[in-house]
Amino acid sequence: MLRMIGRRLAIATPGIIGVIVVTFLLNRALPGDPAAYFAGPAATRQAIEEIRVKLGLDRSLPEQFALFVRDLARGELGTSLTSGQPVLAELLARLPASLELTLCALLFAVAVALPLGILAAARPGSWIDHLTRVIVTAGNSLPIFFTGLLLVYVFYYLLGLAPPPLGRLDPFASAPRTVTGAYLIDSLLMGDPALFWASARQMILPTLTLGVAVLAPIARMTRAAMLGVLSSDFMRTARASGLSPATLLYVYALRNALLPVLTSLGGVFSFLLGVNVVVEKIFAWPGIGSYALEAVLASDYAPVQGYVLMMASLYVLLNLLIDVLYGVIDPRIRIET
Amino acid sequence: MRQLLRHGRYVLTENRLTLGAFALLLVFVGLALVGPWIAPYDPLATAAAHKLEPPSRAHWFGTDHVGRDILSRVIVATRLDLAIALSAVALSFVLGSVAGACAGFFGGWTERVVSRLVDTIMAFPLFVLAMGIIAAVGTSVVNIIYATAIINFPFYARLARAEVNVRREAGFVEAARLSGNSSARILAAHLFPNCLPPMTVQASLNMGWAILNSAGLSFIGLGVRPPTPEWGIMVADGSAFMVSGEWWIAFFPGLALMLAVFCFNLLGDAVRDLIDPRRRT
Repeated sequence: MLRMIGRRLAIATPGIIGVIVVTFLLNRALPGDPAAYFAGPAATRQAIEEIRVKLGLDRSLPEQFALFVRDLARGELGTSLTSGQPVLAELLARLPASLELTLCALLFAVAVALPLGILAAARPGSWIDHLTRVIVTAGNSLPIFFTGLLLVYVFYYLLGLAPPPLGRLDPFASAPRTVTGAYLIDSLLMGDPALFWASARQMILPTLTLGVAVLAPIARMTRAAMLGVLSSDFMRTARASGLSPATLLYVYALRNALLPVLTSLGGVFSFLLGVNVVVEKIFAWPGIGSYALEAVLASDYAPVQGYVLMMASLYVLLNLLIDVLYGVIDPRIRIET
Repeated sequence: MRQLLRHGRYVLTENRLTLGAFALLLVFVGLALVGPWIAPYDPLATAAAHKLEPPSRAHWFGTDHVGRDILSRVIVATRLDLAIALSAVALSFVLGSVAGACAGFFGGWTERVVSRLVDTIMAFPLFVLAMGIIAAVGTSVVNIIYATAIINFPFYARLARAEVNVRREAGFVEAARLSGNSSARILAAHLFPNCLPPMTVQASLNMGWAILNSAGLSFIGLGVRPPTPEWGIMVADGSAFMVSGEWWIAFFPGLALMLAVFCFNLLGDAVRDLIDPRRRT
């Protein structure tokens, strides 16, 4: 298993190098003179020169790249202009909020889409198959910010069921002691069910918004994979041997259909990381997406760069995890590699 | 050609939904062409006396926080939204097919460079990469088009590479080479036309996604600048009023966006059925 992870990391390395190069180039593509920009409008020419030397901008591009990689290796992502804090610390402080939301959405989507896809494939042409088809088509066309706003309007303004879309907790509650940074887990660790409920209430609408957006691809993939497996020879043999329909469906077919579904989860996760920004904006969610967005709008590039790097690394890590899961689901793959 | 037309009519009439989507497309294209002339009001004219009015006889879709008529803005925005998506798709189609076809035909270092490029782009969550690009080069309409085209590029490049690669050693390519055609000519005149059907399917399925993506960028403030009418920005404008019950400001542009994407997705499926009936689901 460890060898497989090592080999996968080796395969992922060119991708990571590419990510670092692209982030570096994007940074250098900034319009105008970065030194003058960092120095501010009132700076003298001498001050600008000093900053240029300090930032290493007086050196050649390869040298600058070497410096950039050295800083990365030390975990230095620069400092934010607006807050004056190191970018890495700020990103790490906000990461749990985003991850908690993303993972909850993924769980929700899988919990709904997987049964839908399975049932649709088991009974082609039934109402559940048609329902799945409608959900898939609609889910592909819904702009995520539109669904988010509609949910807010219906559940907050009209029905008054949901709390106002203003962050992770309402202003009167205090945050749980930070252990993992995920409020749902931390409040449980503190043994505070009221706080758990308060943060869960805030989570529901953003989770639904993100989850509905990714229901469609998961359901479609599950249905297609299950249809493929159900018509295969070994399923016919299993059926002829008199196995119960439930065993057939959930043990024999599902396990074989899970591989393509797992592959599609990689793409789904990438999509979720991207649209997090949109959902965090709608629900004033204090995650890294909204942090990066504020930085972009303030032309503060270091946080944006840190954000892009962090997202890309998360994505690489997730693909690694998926590969490991592949081996768990289908041992043949582990033997082959 | 006549057969294709007949087949096209069959695909359209066999499925009511496709026919509806086709009609919707005509409406959108019509609005994009003549929108500014049929909009009942000036999309930029503010009227403080009429701000935040719900939908009425005078203002079918209501008015926004500075009294602009939302119906007019939704109509006028059609052209910009479709133009951005169409240019982005066209750009990635051209760049992706040239790069991918060369990679598949010549192999060697061309292939290595193109696949590295594709792998690098795919290593990012795509929307995040688009955000990073726009943050670096600045927010403008042209830059949204570039960013959307770049994140779509890998899909076209991969497809073109695969399609050219399987035909590289085909008999008709050998025949063309033996009769003295240059590599460039074989690639352009003999191989590329064979890649067009799957590429077209990819492009039409991609349109809806491109619209969503550019509207999403505008929604978070990294695209078209206000007060230009654009669906994504209009939804963003209305988002603050959703919590106080003025739903129509965000609802109608969002609806237009959703219908446009829905229409392109359905038509994409129809184009696929038309060109490649085996892939029907």
